[in-house]
Amino acid sequence: MYNREHLLEAAGTPMPLTETEQSVLMRIVDRHAADATQLVQILREVQASFRHIPADAMDSLAAALGIERAQVQAVAEFYTFFSTKPRGRYDILISDSITDHMLGSREIAAYLSERLGIQPGETRSDGQVSFDYTSCTGMCEQGPAGLVNGLTLTQLTRERIDRIVDLVNAGTPVTQWPREFFAVKDNIRRADLILKTELKPGSALKWSNTRGADSTLAEIEKSGLRGRGGAGFSTGMKWKFCRQAKSGPADAPAERYVVCNADEGEPGTFKDRVLLQSYADQVFEGMTLCGRVIGARQGYLYLRGEYLYLGDHLDRVLQERRRNHLLGSNILGEPGFDFDIEVRIGAGAYICGEESALIESLEGKRGVPRNRPPYPVTHGYRNKPTVVNNVETFAAAALIGLKGGAWFADVGTEKSKGTKILSISGDCAKPGIYEYPFGTSIRKILDDCGATNTLGLQIGGPSGIFISDREFDRVLGFEDLPTGGSFMIFDRTRDILEIVRNFTHFFAHESCGFCTPCRVGTSLLRNQLDKLCAGHGAKGDLVELTHISKLVKNTSHCGLGQTAANPILSTLERYPELYEQRLRAKAFEPGFDLDGALEVARRMAGRDDAHAHLEQEAVL
Amino acid sequence: MTAHTITIDGQQVPFIEGQTIIEAATAAGVYIPHLCHNPEFTPHGSCKLCTVKVNGRNCSACTFPAVDGQEVLNDTEELNETRRAITQMLFVEGNHFCPSCEKSGNCQLQAVGYFLNMLDAHFPFFYPSREVDASHPEVMLDRDRCILCELCVRASRDVDGKNVFALSGRGIHTHLIVNSTSGKLADTEISVDDKAVHVCPVGAILVKRTGFEVPIGQRIYDHQDISEVSLAMEESVAGESHGG
Repeated sequence: MYNREHLLEAAGTPMPLTETEQSVLMRIVDRHAADATQLVQILREVQASFRHIPADAMDSLAAALGIERAQVQAVAEFYTFFSTKPRGRYDILISDSITDHMLGSREIAAYLSERLGIQPGETRSDGQVSFDYTSCTGMCEQGPAGLVNGLTLTQLTRERIDRIVDLVNAGTPVTQWPREFFAVKDNIRRADLILKTELKPGSALKWSNTRGADSTLAEIEKSGLRGRGGAGFSTGMKWKFCRQAKSGPADAPAERYVVCNADEGEPGTFKDRVLLQSYADQVFEGMTLCGRVIGARQGYLYLRGEYLYLGDHLDRVLQERRRNHLLGSNILGEPGFDFDIEVRIGAGAYICGEESALIESLEGKRGVPRNRPPYPVTHGYRNKPTVVNNVETFAAAALIGLKGGAWFADVGTEKSKGTKILSISGDCAKPGIYEYPFGTSIRKILDDCGATNTLGLQIGGPSGIFISDREFDRVLGFEDLPTGGSFMIFDRTRDILEIVRNFTHFFAHESCGFCTPCRVGTSLLRNQLDKLCAGHGAKGDLVELTHISKLVKNTSHCGLGQTAANPILSTLERYPELYEQRLRAKAFEPGFDLDGALEVARRMAGRDDAHAHLEQEAVL
Repeated sequence: MTAHTITIDGQQVPFIEGQTIIEAATAAGVYIPHLCHNPEFTPHGSCKLCTVKVNGRNCSACTFPAVDGQEVLNDTEELNETRRAITQMLFVEGNHFCPSCEKSGNCQLQAVGYFLNMLDAHFPFFYPSREVDASHPEVMLDRDRCILCELCVRASRDVDGKNVFALSGRGIHTHLIVNSTSGKLADTEISVDDKAVHVCPVGAILVKRTGFEVPIGQRIYDHQDISEVSLAMEESVAGESHGG
């Protein structure tokens, strides 16, 4: 079966699927009840079975799902974990987050590339293995990390690479690889309200059944809980709006949805991973509570594709909850309290962390953010009222349901109640998960995690801001430093421009391509920064960098574009001298390499003498 | 009916409940530059050329609902500079060679460039390699000129009921695909009379053998600003859809 792709490539025309392949495909479709909204799930399985999305499979899928072939192709070409060309039987991806870089990922990747004899993006000629880079896999404190056939690899070393290459060459199934390769640790270093308070599964729901949905909502409102994804919208208000929203004609049964955003894609963030691994019951309890408050019968947890390894675990927890009547019909004996949860897995797209793009993906489409208004609370999944909250928000909501709003509001500051779970990585002795009350100073956090000789840190991931060592008295909170929880520390040995370059490449790679300023602008920024870092920048290039940054920030469609220039703007403001040092002493330097452009001509003419080269003059 | 108004650059503009800012503006004879917007189709909001300031915040006029009392800034130096840069981005992203393009003079991208006084491309060109599809006997698809506005996507889906076009890929690699196994236009259900064939604001979708029927120099934007043409055309569309 696996030779067909080579024949296919050689012939240049798609080969029809064999009968066996066709039946594999139809079994996948059947498993998902031929439901087109599950296209991303279906394509995940097709990719896993066929190692790519064959052109013929697109036709069969379109016919079986009752959608257009173009939709299948468009989705297949949008998500990075799908490929229209065959990938290796072992598909290895190395996380390209800056925190992985700092732990030596680039050297590890170079070694892997050398041992496999292939370059990034290539598949070995025997079809056995392919290798590439991928955006942050959320293992920032236990990198260098990667994925093999979608499963998380941590703490990669040269020795481990040697063993992996041997396993690949021997054709040992991934299920038989040493378990320690896949070990993911929690690394909880500081627990507070959310991580310390025990919640017996069902206890918050039981209490809510006793006091009713109105009173539960009142407690959520009283708690002052704000969304933990970073934007900080009031959770109580969101639930209330959704509850009040009309879901359709008055005579039809109300249709509302609860969606948990577990698309934790912001580089440097990994706290949701820990919550899902060790506090899954608490997260599901929060979702169920929300279902009760807003009158939803179905919830979805949208898990980022990089966390595939958590899928089985989450399904087991859900099964257990169903057995204990914490999900299903008449939950805990309450008539009419019906709610269930399904895990849906993404396929490599940072943009799906944006709530409306996430909903599009849940509906089996490309993850393109919608126009707002209307907002998901009135027009969300299937255009019905939907609450989309972060994993941590639901975990907090469950505890508030049990302990009450005042318990939560007692902690934190005026506008930022409760605690915040931080994912700390980078240059510090004790990276991991730290939960702090809002209002805690950066200095205290740096002390606790053992950061010394600190140059600065990136708060809130690439889309957040870079703060320098002159700002360590600033505090966590919506009043000062709001954050989704990413906390990447850099000491004085680090090159800020390299960090910024990594972030800028990330955004260009993750832009969905919908709006002009982000689609074109993030790539322009990437090229402009590459030019500067390569030492080809002149003074005019800095002006241009600022100009493009502002344009992208001010006119983009969604948060991705609006924040994509933050790394550049916040470091330009704090460290202009670092940028200026890279400049050549000229007013203008062309963006393109004139001599380099003549390379093809030289090759065609078979010349490489002095007269076949052009000296490029800069304007002084 | 109570009278609703917003102000655009200080001018009072009435609107009907449910109208977007650009719909209200067009009805009042105020031009807001745009490319992906066409009053005949669902508002889209991707090109961002119609960016206006609403109570101090940037919004897309084509998708943002008009709300009583809004103060909208439209024809300001800052906004027009932004729009010029966005237009330049569209130029460098694709391969637009106006002098050799049969759409020259009828092209909205070119016309908007003139309107915004765009004198050069400013940004470095990407020179992407894009596929030209001449497979269909009557319709030509030159992706070099595609600005990803999705008007053909919307027209084929909403008017022709055919779903011939879709956007695929991601980021700077976003591209237009057609709905056929071969990926060729000839194998789709498109026909030359489809709305989708005639809605392209640039020269990406063209009817074959009609290229120079109207000589250069006598084309729509050769003698008229896009602001005038657009208002004249779109006011009549708006009039029809709102029952006069």
